[in-house]
Amino acid sequence: MSRTLSAPVTVAFDYTRSVGPVLGRFLGGLRDGRLVGARTSDGRVVVPPPEYDPVTHAATDDFVEVAATGTVTSWSWVPEPVKGQPLDRPFAFALVTLDGADVPLLHALDVASPADVSTGMRVRVRWAEERVGAITDIACFEPDGGFETGARAPSSTSESVVEEVAQQPSRNHEPVTTLTTPVSLDYLYAASPEESAFYRGLLEGRILGQRCPVCHKVYVPPRSACPVDGVATTDEVELAHVGTVTTFCIVNVPFLGQRITPPYVSAYVLLDGADIAFLHLILDVPAEEVRMGMRVEAVWKPRDEWGTTIENISHFRPTGEPDADFATYQQHL
Amino acid sequence: MRDVAVVGFAQRQMSEFDGSPTCVELLVPLFAECYEQTGWNRHDIGFWCSGSSDYLAGRSFSFVSAVDAIGVIPPVNESHVEMDAAWALYEAWLKIQTGEVDTALVYGFGKSSAGVLRRTLALQLDPYNMTPLWPDTVSLAGLQARAGIDAALWDERAMAEVVNRSLTDAEKNEYAVRRGGSSVDELLARPMYADPLRKHDCAPVTDGAAAIVLAADDRARSVADRPAWITSIAHSVDPISMGSRDLTRSPSAAAAARSADFDGLEVAELHAPFSHQELVLRSELGLPDDVRLNPSGGPLAGNPMFTGGLIRIGEAARRVWDGSASKVLGHATSGPALQQNLVCVMEGQS
Ligand SMILES: [Zn+2]
Repeated sequence: MSRTLSAPVTVAFDYTRSVGPVLGRFLGGLRDGRLVGARTSDGRVVVPPPEYDPVTHAATDDFVEVAATGTVTSWSWVPEPVKGQPLDRPFAFALVTLDGADVPLLHALDVASPADVSTGMRVRVRWAEERVGAITDIACFEPDGGFETGARAPSSTSESVVEEVAQQPSRNHEPVTTLTTPVSLDYLYAASPEESAFYRGLLEGRILGQRCPVCHKVYVPPRSACPVDGVATTDEVELAHVGTVTTFCIVNVPFLGQRITPPYVSAYVLLDGADIAFLHLILDVPAEEVRMGMRVEAVWKPRDEWGTTIENISHFRPTGEPDADFATYQQHL
Repeated sequence: MRDVAVVGFAQRQMSEFDGSPTCVELLVPLFAECYEQTGWNRHDIGFWCSGSSDYLAGRSFSFVSAVDAIGVIPPVNESHVEMDAAWALYEAWLKIQTGEVDTALVYGFGKSSAGVLRRTLALQLDPYNMTPLWPDTVSLAGLQARAGIDAALWDERAMAEVVNRSLTDAEKNEYAVRRGGSSVDELLARPMYADPLRKHDCAPVTDGAAAIVLAADDRARSVADRPAWITSIAHSVDPISMGSRDLTRSPSAAAAARSADFDGLEVAELHAPFSHQELVLRSELGLPDDVRLNPSGGPLAGNPMFTGGLIRIGEAARRVWDGSASKVLGHATSGPALQQNLVCVMEGQS
């Protein structure tokens, strides 16, 4: 048996950012099928345009349109693409200096094998079918029919680009103001050995904590170290299934993913023998009757529904005993 | 300026840590080793500073859970940087310079194996025009390696020589997760992975943690026979945009080196997670040929994320402690393609 339990976890969120006037102009250009760079004080044309001049630190304001063709200045083969990359089959990442620009842009290059790439090769933009004002409006680069050159072609010769721009339906030149970047990361999340013992205990209908060897406090769910003493918790302790409500809140607000219809009570329950309360639901009693000091007991789901999860305990409900004295839990609030 | 020295160092490195991404259970024994080295307990530590990343852990405020390993009740003087713990060491050094504290314990941790490391690190790039393409760390390093090869600044053989020396030295390092040199020709005969990089050109995905104890003046002298006194420490940063940088250079490494005194340096532990990056650093830092590089095996033998740089400082300090060197360099990098660089020079007497 592995020392720890683990489970896949996906952390995903959409970052929404305002982009400002300079990047907004670049992203608006992408949406319209144009590549907008800026001239910096050293005379170089930079794509994407920097917001501030690297030398003078003045705001960028000298915008220049460059061609959708260019030259590879460096490349790296991607044998095992990861999720989210522009292509889901092996490809190259490349630095491409667009015709009319002086510094390279990073993007993907769609070629079948490393033998099909070389520094100095000519490439062109392949636009995404649907463009929204993001760097991914460039689907990738693709080889530009053959000739290789170390020298950069002047942008004025790129007639094909002018033609392509003219075919774009949207020429409103409105800058983009916001950018939404979806981020999704996959993890195999492991519990600590002490937490793993806790979850394995739940599978057997037991509630296990850990005791600090120095201050003798009992933590449940267990922590790997005592936050008071900074030492590993060493002794496993089995806890009672009854305890005392130390504090609680009545949930009245609906939210995404909610499983119980409000109002309901979420409470800290101090199990008998534990020194830290843990969070669970109080059901089988009207919400307004839940109070500090109320004695409650765990209600387990049917055994055939158990897993290595705290959800084996469906909820807590009143035992009907008299309330606990405040003195019994005042150190645990 | 106060005299500050490295007086304690403990580390763990492994290809897969069978435990939680908060690494609490990994940190407790490391701190215990530091207490044993110094004869102190946690109440002797004036300041705690850590380096780690929520993106590695896959949860927010992951460093807060890790402070259980310290013993934080009653509250302690504590801080955190979302990057390699070498920068946490810089913060701790500054804190000691303010005179507020005399001692500090710096630690770093990261479970790189919880996610797909080369993908996770795309979150440290320019969020507008780079992260949406998910450029992975290996690809970005490959672009840099190719730029140098094309410019004839180095070649595959020079890269393989770095690998062979590192993995040979790593045979003596009990913490190395990859070790065992062979020959440059044998390395060059292995297949290309992310052309122009072979797998051995890239630091292995590594989980781990490390801790370093700093102390000022007499506090250092009282716990160590030969403290590793920090005589120069500096860091600098290059622009985040890959396009506007000359990838064959690392101006920030050179800038950090200019603020430091390398005269008489004997050993340098360089944080170069890709073989060609050691060649860039050697040149940018201006290290003479007689400086011994990465006797520990360096990051190609093991590179726990957000700890690899701190380990370089610890490995360099150990050389001073054991008397095998009198002046050493610990270097750390962060960000893509050597974007950020920190140098820490340590000497055997003050
Ligand atoms: Zn304790």
